[in-house]
Amino acid sequence: MMRLPTFAYRAPKSVAEVTKILKEEGPQATIVAGGTDLFPNMKRRQVEPKTVVSMVNLDALRGIEWRADGTLRIGPMETLRALERDERIKAELPALWQAVLSISTPILRNQGTIGGNLNLDTRCFYLNQNYEWRRTINHCLKCTGDTCWTAPGADKCWAVNSSDGVPAMIALGARFVLAGPDGTREVAAADLYNVTDGREWLTRRPDEIMTDILVPPQNGARSVYLKLRKRDSFDFPVLGVAARIAGNGEVEKADIILNAVGPAPIRCVESEQALIGYALKDETIDEAKALATRAAKPLDNTDLMPSYRKKMIRVFVGRALQALA
Amino acid sequence: MSELRQDVRGQKKKYKYIGKAFTKVDGLSKATGQTKYADDLKLPRMLFCKLLRADVPHANIVSIDTSEVEAMDGVRAVLLGKELPNTFGILPVSQDEHAICPDRVRFVGDPVAAVAATSEEIAFEALKKFKVEYEELPAVYDPAKALKNDIPLLHEYGDDGNVHKRVSMEFGDVKKALDEEADEVLEDIVFYQGNTHLAMEQHATLANPEADGRLTIWSSTQTPHYLHKAMSKVLDMPPSRIRIIACPNGGGFGGKSDPFNHEIAVAKLALKTGRPCKITLTREEVFYCHRGRHPVLMRSRMGIKKDGSITGIHFESLLDGGAYGSYGVASTYYTGALQTVTYKVPTYRFDGVRAFTNKPPCGPKRGHGTVQPRFAIEIQMDKAAEKLGIDPAEFRLMNIQPEESVTANWLRIRTMGLRKCIEKVVEASGWKERHGQLPRGHGLGLACSSYITGAGLPIYWNSMPHSGVQLKLDRGGGVTAFCGATDIGQGSDTVLAACTAEILGVDIMDVRVCVSDTDLTPVDLGSYSSRVTLMMGNAAIQAAERARDMLAKAAGEKMEVPPVRLVFAENRVFDSEAPEERWMSFAQAVIYAEAKFGTIGTVGSYRPPRMPGRYRGAGVGPTPTYSYSAAVVELFADEDTGQIDVKKIWIAHDIGIAINKTLAIGQIEGGVYMGLGEALMEEMVYRDRRNGVHKIPSMLEYKSPTTMEMPEVETHLVEEPDPEGPFGAKEAGQGPLLPVMPGVANALHDALGVRVDQCPITPELVLKALESKDKRAGPSKHYPDLLITDTMRIKTPDEGGDGDADEPWRAKPKKKSKPEGSAK
Repeated sequence: MMRLPTFAYRAPKSVAEVTKILKEEGPQATIVAGGTDLFPNMKRRQVEPKTVVSMVNLDALRGIEWRADGTLRIGPMETLRALERDERIKAELPALWQAVLSISTPILRNQGTIGGNLNLDTRCFYLNQNYEWRRTINHCLKCTGDTCWTAPGADKCWAVNSSDGVPAMIALGARFVLAGPDGTREVAAADLYNVTDGREWLTRRPDEIMTDILVPPQNGARSVYLKLRKRDSFDFPVLGVAARIAGNGEVEKADIILNAVGPAPIRCVESEQALIGYALKDETIDEAKALATRAAKPLDNTDLMPSYRKKMIRVFVGRALQALA
Repeated sequence: MSELRQDVRGQKKKYKYIGKAFTKVDGLSKATGQTKYADDLKLPRMLFCKLLRADVPHANIVSIDTSEVEAMDGVRAVLLGKELPNTFGILPVSQDEHAICPDRVRFVGDPVAAVAATSEEIAFEALKKFKVEYEELPAVYDPAKALKNDIPLLHEYGDDGNVHKRVSMEFGDVKKALDEEADEVLEDIVFYQGNTHLAMEQHATLANPEADGRLTIWSSTQTPHYLHKAMSKVLDMPPSRIRIIACPNGGGFGGKSDPFNHEIAVAKLALKTGRPCKITLTREEVFYCHRGRHPVLMRSRMGIKKDGSITGIHFESLLDGGAYGSYGVASTYYTGALQTVTYKVPTYRFDGVRAFTNKPPCGPKRGHGTVQPRFAIEIQMDKAAEKLGIDPAEFRLMNIQPEESVTANWLRIRTMGLRKCIEKVVEASGWKERHGQLPRGHGLGLACSSYITGAGLPIYWNSMPHSGVQLKLDRGGGVTAFCGATDIGQGSDTVLAACTAEILGVDIMDVRVCVSDTDLTPVDLGSYSSRVTLMMGNAAIQAAERARDMLAKAAGEKMEVPPVRLVFAENRVFDSEAPEERWMSFAQAVIYAEAKFGTIGTVGSYRPPRMPGRYRGAGVGPTPTYSYSAAVVELFADEDTGQIDVKKIWIAHDIGIAINKTLAIGQIEGGVYMGLGEALMEEMVYRDRRNGVHKIPSMLEYKSPTTMEMPEVETHLVEEPDPEGPFGAKEAGQGPLLPVMPGVANALHDALGVRVDQCPITPELVLKALESKDKRAGPSKHYPDLLITDTMRIKTPDEGGDGDADEPWRAKPKKKSKPEGSAK
């Protein structure tokens, strides 16, 4: 059987206490939400925090509230199941709802949280393995080694952002509130993932925690999320496409976000620009989907071959736009 | 012969249990978590063991420094390979494994040391403290390369270099059949990737040393008897001092039918420490145990005539064996054995080679070696039908091998329900109206298969029964049935209880089964090759009939009724002519019998009938009787993504009779599920340029279907009792898996007009086929030279042969069997 390493478990009752502990303990401490990703990673010794700080007692991090102006505020500690059950999320934020529904399995969604998913550790075939396996390849750049085995020439980690929630939140224009020991700040969702290296996959500092997820009113914009994976359950995405279109007739604003094809989510800027001012017809969609393929360069560190995943960018972006047409 | 001529074979009788859907005897226990699997067992002062495994694919072990391990708090013993010098292996001809490698490792995962500690966490930390120095050797991962090269040489034995086994045999004149008699010869090169069993329960073993020097070992194993022999050999202890108890398996599928390193290591650690020692493998370690389906590259050349008949087949297979022998020699023969039992094949040639490579060893997985060639043949049959312009179902029906016949390679067929199976699925799926007529992207595919109901020969040569059942009858009316058979989830406990209860006319809950314990139960060879229901069942029937005879004599005497008039039913013994007037309870009959005869105990045993094949290698393939299956697969294939969505599978299985209808359907659906996993997504793949590591040794990344992938399955049981089977039963545990993969391949062709001559049929391959000029994806059209220098020739039955080969290959007379308990 796989056993957890020994660690100290803290479950403070306030955000201030959590960030204080994180500041004091430094990199030896890590936060845990539902634990569905952290504890398996710890069993494999991918991470061995000396202190695990749980947010289970932080009521301030819970809640699904629609404000008067149409903004949705979600507490990061809400389970994925709670979001799945919310009829208004399903109706007004289809990209988010579809993304959440596709995450892991129903049983895991009872435990996993939206905050956990948005902060999900990056993944790679060379990383998400047991300790003994990783020793066989001399460990990897992200975890105690010197080489990225996905792309040995480069001094960069190519572990993949494998969240379904992330591209949906970016497409919907969400913002996150981060609280640290010295105060809070608000960032656009895309800015949390503005990174190029799988080792440092978030701009959130280690002593900050996410306290609020704010999704602005969509004002009639339509959204969708499509996920590529081998099976219809359980599997992480090996390509995720979140798309949002505002404007009837002519496109006023387009958001096309790819995920699971690199260390960070990728906005298909060329595709988006090609759509502005045009109606969503076959020709415009074909052009946009072809441009999207150029946006990403998947590598051989997930299920399904990189050449296949790259091909599917075109197919999935096309299908996403057709669904919104 | 029983005095009571209640013919249990082939007669339409009113059974209480047989043929019904009754509850498994262990059902509630398993559903409520009461069943004790090997990992559930705990003993006082138990130590936890772990194996240190090689992190290089091929190397000599230069030195192992254990000083830091031994100095650790909580570590109680360390074990190195030199302490267990005797080799073992499931087959007598390939005893090539050490429990712990003493001097050389041959794949990433090969054990090099073991440790016993007071907790699992300490054992894990201890593994990090071993200092092993390796002298690395070149590694080989491709069997085509291995068969041509002696460097590196994995083993000193084998047929030549890294060729573990080379076989070549010809029945009739295949060259003539293909070159002269055939109107057309199809040639197909097909690749079947390796896959593994993925049983839910990981391997676990607990060894307990007893004060008097004896050793008891509980293990999640399918083959306690073979484990018993291996344990005795390696530990150098008489078998009478070793007790093997096979725990209920949380799935086996062939993955737990070898004796394993970890089983022997914990036994040795238990002897060394004087304390109970337990090990439970991690999922990753189960991937290293493997013993799963061999990757096989096949070439099939089939001659057909315009009238739709087959003139002959020349079949070649190249097996990627992995680092050790395991069942591999048998697997090699199996890839050439059953091609002839479904359709009439008048001439047949088989060339097979198994090569060693530096990867976890391959062995038997559900269908054992017959799955890969069946995939190739069923696709080829589909292509042949297309060439001839005949409906694929019709083409098969035209060529059905007759029942009660002997094939070109001397396999004896008893009942043969394949015709009915094909007709059933054709009717149920609307085949005639829909095949070839559905819109693009939607298709139906048909495939058939056959499997053995128990291997005709045991793994080590002997003349003894393959299964034995002992019955003990209690004065209180309870019955205990003892048998070495192991329940791996297939329901053998239930079959044993049901056969016994049916013959004796008692409630099934009055039968206690005592199984798979080498101290208590008579030998049953193990749960493999679908042998248990037939062999154990027949033995149980014999034991129960003998008991019934004794009770009938005593009860008949008491009631003054001739025994032949007595009926055993509803826990009673009564006169069939006056059921309410002359009767007694079953318990009362036992009492009278015990008073008359003394303590009542009976024995039944079973040995398969002698088979007509006499040539060298004829031992693999024969069986008391074959089961048959036919499946139609309906699927949608997306031509933009290559993804396949299987909507429904109709499967008809010629089962003889179903002893327990629900259990049988469960096995069939389980086979379909497992087949679908192989068809669409399961693959054992290694990174050649990263030290030969397994790419995906986890249940998350090694993909097997979820409920979302599982289609609706409509099962049809074709029941025509077989004279060889208990109550007429044939197997259901393996056969139904085989038609699924070729059914998917053939349905894909119907949907999108492409052929994928490879398994699994991944989305990438579908797209590749669509984009290719010849609308095909699969292995290259170049087949490696298997370097066959000598082909054994055997006359077919039609040629007037006697089952043995021609000179100079005629089999020598059999040697005398060696006495039990001797080494090797």
